[in-house]
Amino acid sequence: MFNIERWQEIFEAIRKNKLRTFLTGLSVASGIFILVILLAIGQGMSNGIAKEFENDATNRISVWTNVTSVEYKGLNPGRIIEMDNRDYEMAVNKNSDKLELKSGVYSRWGQLTSYKKESGSYRVEGVRGDYQFLENETLVIGRYINENDLNSFEKNAVIGNQVYLDLFKGKDAIGEYVEIAGIKFKVVGVYTDPGGEREETRIFIPLTTAQRVYNAGDKLRSLAFTLEKHDNYEGALAASEAFSAELTADLKAKHTIAPADERAVNVNNTLENTKRFYDLNNMIRWFFWGVGICTIIAGIVGVSNIMLIIVKERTKEIGVRKAIGAQPWSIIGMILHESIFVTAIAGFVGLIFSLLLLQLVGPFIETDYIRNPSVDFSVAITTVIILVVAGAVAGFFPAYRAANIKPIEALRDE
Amino acid sequence: MIEIKNLHKSYHMGANSLHVLKGINFKVSEGEMVSIMGSSGSGKSTLLNILGILDEADEGTYNLDGTLIKNLNEKVAARYRNKFLGFIFQSFNLINYKSALENVAMPLYYQGVKRNIRVEKAMHYLEKVGLADWASHLPNELSGGQKQRVAIARALASDPKVLLADEPTGALDTKTSYEVMELIQGINDEGKTILIVTHEDDIAHMTKRIVNLKDGIIIDDSVVTQVRAKREAYV
Repeated sequence: MFNIERWQEIFEAIRKNKLRTFLTGLSVASGIFILVILLAIGQGMSNGIAKEFENDATNRISVWTNVTSVEYKGLNPGRIIEMDNRDYEMAVNKNSDKLELKSGVYSRWGQLTSYKKESGSYRVEGVRGDYQFLENETLVIGRYINENDLNSFEKNAVIGNQVYLDLFKGKDAIGEYVEIAGIKFKVVGVYTDPGGEREETRIFIPLTTAQRVYNAGDKLRSLAFTLEKHDNYEGALAASEAFSAELTADLKAKHTIAPADERAVNVNNTLENTKRFYDLNNMIRWFFWGVGICTIIAGIVGVSNIMLIIVKERTKEIGVRKAIGAQPWSIIGMILHESIFVTAIAGFVGLIFSLLLLQLVGPFIETDYIRNPSVDFSVAITTVIILVVAGAVAGFFPAYRAANIKPIEALRDE
Repeated sequence: MIEIKNLHKSYHMGANSLHVLKGINFKVSEGEMVSIMGSSGSGKSTLLNILGILDEADEGTYNLDGTLIKNLNEKVAARYRNKFLGFIFQSFNLINYKSALENVAMPLYYQGVKRNIRVEKAMHYLEKVGLADWASHLPNELSGGQKQRVAIARALASDPKVLLADEPTGALDTKTSYEVMELIQGINDEGKTILIVTHEDDIAHMTKRIVNLKDGIIIDDSVVTQVRAKREAYV
């Protein structure tokens, strides 16, 4: 391995066949390049999916209603089902020992909101204090909706960071009044959400105020809950599924909805989705590894092929070497060494190029599904190991063939 | 030094079998210089290949310096070749991307000799064949005669018991041939056993004994008066 003569021989062989070595290297380099890029995209997809889940509390259960789709007890399908405060209270009273966070929500889309000369259209949601944590929001400044706001129908608002930037342009917002659908609200807080811009273009006001301002009586658009923490994932999943099922059944009974009606009551159980997405994530990862490895195998076959040609071309030289006393293993070593050297160097070039590309371009990729594609150190190490093994595999068959060449036949080979 | 008894060798090509050597009995003592002659197809190259442990006989025994050469695996064969034999080929068979010095040093590399000792020894043999000034040149920068001298130096480098030369002058003009033969004669004078395969009469007469092969058997084996190449070269 650390034999100068051996290295000299390899460099001589490479120098003599620059184009061939270059093409061989290219196939390996592109194989590694593709593998690393694929793995990075896989990682980016995981990041993207993980980001989606940071939007809300990971164990959130959301309930919303829709129109009925099944005839029941003489009632036609197509009835609009609306929840109200009594539904919320029923759920809360029945499960008071199980619930951690809870809130009813009354929301309106596209509410024109203005501050002085700036204005924009935002979603306005009437919520309870717990909703901050259900949405996984952090306050940048000020406070969130509290009990006092709810009890005394305060016209206070917590605005998203994006709303703040749109309307206030960086000026102090706390204590200022914004006009929402013609009514003035005092800004008491600014929040940020890991979900990003989309989640930050919202305004939260007290639920009671919202119901009064929009003449909604005691109607609710949706309910949001989290359950008390569980020790393990399976327990948490089972508890949240049981809770979801029970709540759905109760709501259906209360609103005279057919038990088989799938549309009228909707429950989104984040925990269940999490599992589904993690499974998907794993599948994506395995798929990318699979495709990447196949690419490398194509590269190995390429190197193997080239090495076979090299052995063929050097048959006579190998014969001469054997005639003057070269042992079979020294011939194998020579061919293997060259193969590993070429694949390793080419592989590193591919690795470096792909890492450079990821460094330069990766941070700018921020779509909903791919975010900051990158590979970690262990993946880089794994690819390096794959490379050396690949080089050895690629070189082995040609080397074995070379070692079995009979000197007498090799010398006759003109 | 070399003793072969009742040597047989056949080549099989498909259904056809070609009986090349049909019972060769042959003995060479230390310090001899023998030429093996014969027309093409007489089996002389096959005999040399068997003597060179490049090929194996079907039948018969081969003793080289008291060692029985039989059923050797590739590893042992390589070691014996390196230890006992030096090869000189018609087409020189130098490795074309290595300098003259590196070519000569190669058998020593396979003996596991250290690099600096290797270079020293190789240089010594290059001096012996009169090419010390050409040590760093590549084979394609040398003339045919010079290439064959490098090949001879390489054959000598491992200090073998026997030198085997397969048509050593076959690719050279007459003048160069005689110069090379002069060198080989000099080596023989120092006591090295040498076997030369040739079909040229004048080259054969520069050895001390001529073995004539025809259709796989020795038809004539006689000691001759050696013609010195040096004198001949200036005629």
